[in-house]
This record gives sequence, C-alpha cells and structure tokens, in this order.
Amino acid sequence: MSQDLTTTAESIAQTIAAFVSKRVGADVPADKDLFESGLVSSLFAMELVVHLEQAFSVQILGDDLKRDNFRSVQAMTALVLRLNGAE
Amino acid sequence: MLANMQSHSIAVFGAGVMGRSITALALGRGVDVVLVDVSDDVLRDARAEITQQMRHGQLMGAFPADKTPGTLTTSLSSKGAADAAVVIEAITEDAALKVRVMAEISGVVPAGVPLITNTSGIPIAELAKSVQRPTDLAGVHFMNPAYLIEMVEVVRGPQTGDDAMAVVLSFLEGLGKKTVVVRDAPGFVTSRLLHPMINEAARVVAEGTASVESVDRLMHGCLGHPTGPLRTADLIGLDNLADALRLLAERTGNPTFEPCELLMEKVSRGELGRKTGRGFYDYGEVLS
Repeated sequence: MSQDLTTTAESIAQTIAAFVSKRVGADVPADKDLFESGLVSSLFAMELVVHLEQAFSVQILGDDLKRDNFRSVQAMTALVLRLNGAE
Repeated sequence: MLANMQSHSIAVFGAGVMGRSITALALGRGVDVVLVDVSDDVLRDARAEITQQMRHGQLMGAFPADKTPGTLTTSLSSKGAADAAVVIEAITEDAALKVRVMAEISGVVPAGVPLITNTSGIPIAELAKSVQRPTDLAGVHFMNPAYLIEMVEVVRGPQTGDDAMAVVLSFLEGLGKKTVVVRDAPGFVTSRLLHPMINEAARVVAEGTASVESVDRLMHGCLGHPTGPLRTADLIGLDNLADALRLLAERTGNPTFEPCELLMEKVSRGELGRKTGRGFYDYGEVLS
C-alpha cells in the first residue's frame, strides 16, 4: 500500500470511528464486531449506510448492501476505499 | 402467492410510519403496491423513505435475493385501489377517521377482496359497522419496521369470513410472515400488554424512580425485552401511542390506560420519537 493510500485509509477509519463512537457513546476499536457486540441496532446499521454515502460521496448499492460490509470500522473503511477506487 | 387472484398488486391506505413500512415489505417481496394518501407532500416523502427502507431491508437480509422488487404507484384517490387483490388500511389511529375511510374503500373494491386494517387496537367489530361487507374485513397488526419483524398479530373479527381469513393468511405467508391469530378485543394481545407497559415506564421516569436509559436497560438486561419499552415507544411514535392508549382506556373502561402526563407533554412539544428526531431519546438528525 502506498503512503497516500495508507493515509487515506487512516483518515477514513478515523472519521468512521468518530461517528460510531459518538453515536454509541463509547470508544470503538477498528476491528470490533459492532453487530455481535450489540453496539449497533438494525436501525443504526442503516444510518451507517447513509452516513458513509454522505461523508465520502459514495453510493452503496446492490450486493454491497450487506451487513458484513458494516460489521466493523475496518470493514467500512475497506468498503469506502474500494468504492472510491472504483471511480 | 395470492393464489386464485388475477391481480398481484395491493393497495395501502395511509403513507405514515406504518403505511411506508408495510409498503417497503410488500415491494421487497415482489408485490406491486398502490399507496394512497390525501397529501401529495406526504406521498413524496414516503417514496423517498420507502426507497431507504427497502435498502435497509436488503442490508438486513430481509428480502429474498432472487425476487424482483415490486413497483410503487402513489395515488391521491381511493379509486387507485380498485384493482388491488388485498387492501391494507394504515391511516391515523383515529376511530372516526378510520370509519370514514373504511366506508370509502369498501365502496371502491369488489366483493371478495380482503380489507385489512392495521389498527393497533380498535376492535374489528367496531370498524366492521362501517364497511359494506364485514365478512371481508380482518385485522393484521404489523409491527414497525414491518419489513424486519417476522411476526404479525392477525385478528379475526366476529364477522370475518373463512374465505377472507384464508386469503389474508396466504398473503402474509407470501410476505414471509409468521402469524398468530387472536380473537377480537380492544388492543388485541400485543397493544393490550405493550401500550400500558410503555405508559407505566413513562410514569416510572416521571416519578424519578429511574432514568429513561435505566428503565430500558433493566427491561432488556433482566427481562430480555429487545430494546426496552421506551425505545420501542420512540419507534412506534408517541402521538400514535397516545391515541392508542386513549382508545384502549375508552374501550376497556380502565382509566390507568389513559396516556400519562409525560407522554402527553412530549406529544404537545412535537417530540414524537424517531420520526421527529427526538422522543424519550435524542436521535440527532432524522434518518431520511
């Protein structure tokens, strides 16, 4: 991974982590399973989709709309990177 | 699905919280929907929210992947329901208003088309007085979000016919729902139990016994309630809840079912729950 991409990934991860932490009222490690730990309700899962779309100007469609892509800060970061790279 | 019927479309009356959620459920299951409301603005908002709800359903794996979603048509006229195989009434929980709309629907749809009311607690027998064919009328109490909650409460009124029951149950099966059929009574089962519990939870908070969060945490952690009663209240909508409690109090003669002061204060301040961004909890921006 180039330096640029690493920086981007880090800043994306930070933005997402900040949003999630604020909403659940606790620090959230990047690899924590948000669904399994009960931190994320089904309704909040959809808010995550909308938030990622607005914050990173991406569209999450079709097969990308599955829970696994939103399971952790790490997974969401990977999704955003992939969708940004695909442009 | 919808065996023995030419039409594969349904009509939903009322584009509020439940009407939207039920529409998203049907569309996600490949059923075409005509959504009827008196307000063009409401229908426009509904269309946008239903799109998001269908994405939400997909995200949660609630819709079969191999199914092409149904088509949504909106209408300002009850005549939009003329060709529907099933009609679902999901307007405001106001008995007088429901009576008027049910009479109107009943004049538009032909005999043999089941008319479902999504009332959370008005007895079916009471609503049956306003329709031309009481045998075609049944109650189906969908929970919010209808596209995610697997079970529905089905209410058979004293006059509901066998044919209507059979079509309603097969329709619900096609929507992937599990059903429990109960007899007609104010509040049926779920509202009769849940609504007074929410009312008491609000009283507990108002009396200072515990905070909103503590009430929900206890009911969740000790008693296995999925979200706690007050979070559920925000999801239902506090205005709807107050209406339903009032109906329940009137029809059971039990004054403790009257919506408590805290609930009424929130309603008068416009803090109606998730749909307005604030109820017992603060949701920040409204999800649109």
